[in-house]
Amino acid sequence: MQRDTLALLPEILVLAGAVIVLLAGSFLPRDRQGVTRSVAIVALLLAAAAAVAGMTSPAMTIFEGGFAVDVATGAARIIIPLATILVLVLGVEELGGSARESETYSLMMLSALGAIAMAGANDLLVLAAGYLLASIPLYALVGMSRSPGAAEAALKTYLIGAIMGIALLLGVTILYGVGASTSYSELRSTLGDAPPAAVLAGIVGVVAGLMFKAGGVPGHFWVPDATQASGTAVAAFLTSIPKLGALIAAYRFFEMLPDGSGSGAVEWPLLVAILATASMTLGNLAAFWQTDVRRLLGWSTVSQVGYLLLPVAVAGNADLALPSLLLYLAGYAASNITAFAVVGALPTRRSIEDYRGAAAAHPWLAGALVVSLLGLAGTPPTAVFVGKLSTFTAAWDGGLAWLVVVAAINTVASLFYYLRWLAPILSRGRWDAEAPVSEPSWAARAAVTGALTVLVIGIAAGPILTAFGTTLLG
Amino acid sequence: MLSLVIFLPVLAAIVLAVMPRITDAAARWSWLVVTLLDLALVVGLWVSYRDPGAGGLAFEEQLPWIPNVGSSYHLGLDGLSLPLVALTSLIFVVCAVFALRDTDRPRSQAALFLFLQTASLGVFAAQDLILFFVFFDLSIVGMYFVIAGWGHGNAARSALKFFLYTFLGSLALLVGFIGLYLGSEAKTFDMVELAQNPPFGDQPVVGGLVLAAVFIGLAIKTPTFPFHTWLPPAHTDAPAIGSVVLASILLKMGTYGFVRIAMPMLPDAWRDWAWLIVVIGVISVLYGALVALAQTDFKRMIAYTSVNHMGYVVLAVGAAGVVSDSAAQAREVAITGAVVQMVSHGLITGALFLLAGVLYDRKGSYDIGSYGGLAAPAPRYAAFFVVAAFASLGLPGFSGFIAEFQIFAGSIGPVPLTAFALPGILITAAMFLRALQRMLMGETRGLSDGFHDLDRREIIAIAPLLLLAVIIGIVPRFLLDVIEPASSVVIELVSR
Repeated sequence: MQRDTLALLPEILVLAGAVIVLLAGSFLPRDRQGVTRSVAIVALLLAAAAAVAGMTSPAMTIFEGGFAVDVATGAARIIIPLATILVLVLGVEELGGSARESETYSLMMLSALGAIAMAGANDLLVLAAGYLLASIPLYALVGMSRSPGAAEAALKTYLIGAIMGIALLLGVTILYGVGASTSYSELRSTLGDAPPAAVLAGIVGVVAGLMFKAGGVPGHFWVPDATQASGTAVAAFLTSIPKLGALIAAYRFFEMLPDGSGSGAVEWPLLVAILATASMTLGNLAAFWQTDVRRLLGWSTVSQVGYLLLPVAVAGNADLALPSLLLYLAGYAASNITAFAVVGALPTRRSIEDYRGAAAAHPWLAGALVVSLLGLAGTPPTAVFVGKLSTFTAAWDGGLAWLVVVAAINTVASLFYYLRWLAPILSRGRWDAEAPVSEPSWAARAAVTGALTVLVIGIAAGPILTAFGTTLLG
Repeated sequence: MLSLVIFLPVLAAIVLAVMPRITDAAARWSWLVVTLLDLALVVGLWVSYRDPGAGGLAFEEQLPWIPNVGSSYHLGLDGLSLPLVALTSLIFVVCAVFALRDTDRPRSQAALFLFLQTASLGVFAAQDLILFFVFFDLSIVGMYFVIAGWGHGNAARSALKFFLYTFLGSLALLVGFIGLYLGSEAKTFDMVELAQNPPFGDQPVVGGLVLAAVFIGLAIKTPTFPFHTWLPPAHTDAPAIGSVVLASILLKMGTYGFVRIAMPMLPDAWRDWAWLIVVIGVISVLYGALVALAQTDFKRMIAYTSVNHMGYVVLAVGAAGVVSDSAAQAREVAITGAVVQMVSHGLITGALFLLAGVLYDRKGSYDIGSYGGLAAPAPRYAAFFVVAAFASLGLPGFSGFIAEFQIFAGSIGPVPLTAFALPGILITAAMFLRALQRMLMGETRGLSDGFHDLDRREIIAIAPLLLLAVIIGIVPRFLLDVIEPASSVVIELVSR
């Protein structure tokens, strides 16, 4: 038991940080709340450091197999805290001194903890607990900005989250009913003999819940609204961190299932492939004519889930599936948060047209935006390019060559709207005098840091893929 | 050494990009100095180049990069790539000279072109498919910014069209590369290994599909009919030196890919489908020539001649895949002609686009009908124009003649069908002669009034290109000696 507790050190650090931030926030005067941000960042850094240290010890499961401490969990434990720190930095100006500053930080950390719990869940009940922990703070975060739009978005998120949560629990119940266990290692052997229809119903339920968290079809309706209506930092958070947990959880869940190719078995790879196709196609088509940059990023994130589902669809059937998923997740998180950091650094500019001529006025921000948007599109040498390369390879290797073609065509379609945003910043437009060249803001620093990260992950992809190169436990 | 040649320009670009205090003049001159330095290094490479033999590479460099997918940082040159590397470094010097008087954000422009130079050199030196793809894609990104940022007319729209089209091509290429990787026994992206042990020998259907992906990717970039529709607007709205890079360098990446990737790595599929490639080549030649004939816009006309000229290359590489018993010699001649055509087209079209740029600088119009009798106020311009036009239509004594003669000499024997492309030469001749007549001859009228003749900077930029086209046309041996051994290797590989 002591070993188990020690293995959870990163999670404990995040939790402790969240509690301390919440308590300290309630005692500190309104104008001194900034201290809690430092506490949060230190706690997250320590958690990431503990996770790096933990990666050196061999993979294991703890709490009677309910939670896996392996390469996927390790990756989530490193990427999620670091991404959360980047979100906190980009939100310094926006959140600093706001009415609910420390509460926001605390909720973000709790939601991040939930995402980590989902990533490590090796048992359906732990997965459900992680789902709730990741979701509930999110509803509050979306509603935090107190505008009518935010209220509507919060309600929408809550309703869809509640429905999908019920679907998840229903799926868990069915799988428990036919598999006589909630543990992945036991379900792996028992589900093979279970009636396929019931297994399929269970899978669909669980997947519905995971797709809500990931922001993919069919649980995606809340994403664009919440992205547009909530604050920039919250939008950056909710389009990246829950996705990290949900997609690793999905990978783990599907790898546990019996191979989809046997007779009478459930064809789950096809199910995931269809969801992937729907997510990327719908996300891209909806993003085409958006003029609000946040809404555009909201739809872009829906389409990104589609690409991220490629390795999930071949979970366990291709050597590259897991490392490519983890690399893509890291690259996606960095690129996406960088784009939001640019938005956060130019808070008055909400539409694509507002960015006309930005390259001349803010070369560094414009550069970061170019890197992040071309990164999201998958142009080399950025992180997502290597992610796409390796996920495409994995999907083809796993027998889904048609899905690779679909994803490639979708990538071209996605370029259209990323370039619609990039084109005006380069044009010789006038950037009016209302925005004097000021001190670099924290959001701008976050943008440049994020852009550098995107490039570094892309160029150093070899060692990273090697580090993620082992298989899951169990 | 090769890495230095490739990355020197981008290092200079970074310095230019992050130093806002560099003056415009300093930016322009340092751009020129860096390109000259790079050209000097390439000349050094050429002088010390020795034929590395079949499967070998000169100036080879290899470092592990993404070992999990068998991808490495692998560079090297042979007789196919060395001429194109040399062409690239020359063209970028010419662009730097021509831009010496540009006033529109010269610092960013210099940085962008230096970046583009690294991407272009990298494509021709890469010996790993992923590395090739990285440089290939970066060249598209760079050119997008050139057109969107410095173009005229409907630049944003043309740039977007260019990007979407060529990016679609590059993704088709990527899908094909992944197919090659998964089909290879050793699971590698290394081009040398893939050429030695080509995948899909016993799977004609999969091999055909992978070839289709690779072919479409390269055909869009080349561009051949029917994938050429992005080219005319991109050229029309691009700045002059952007058009030069696009036509002289970027289009070559497609045809270079045929001889470097598609033929050696998918020999069985290439032979199976060679007849279709020949047909596409013939159509491109005739269609490009006919549409060029119908243009009233000078720059669009040049753009369509590119479709025609690149069609000859497609024709040659297609004919080289048609195996007949005793024609190995002929097919080697066709491949050599194809590579010479790439170099020759780069030189001549570069010159023509610069001449078009001069028109736009002076009068803001490319309309052929608006000019007349240019020879009287601008004799030097007229002389350059005549030389470039005759070089482009393949008159003996110019590089284009050597190329087209070899292509037809090598193709018609194995594939008589290629003779159908011969009228293409006639049509381009008619087109150029008509343009010469309308723009240069007769009474000075319209926009020709008060047309300033070429100044020293423009002459220094354009003259080397035409001079080299003449040198290759008269004493081609120095170039052919480099290319010929490599073409015989390609023929050997595709005939397996």
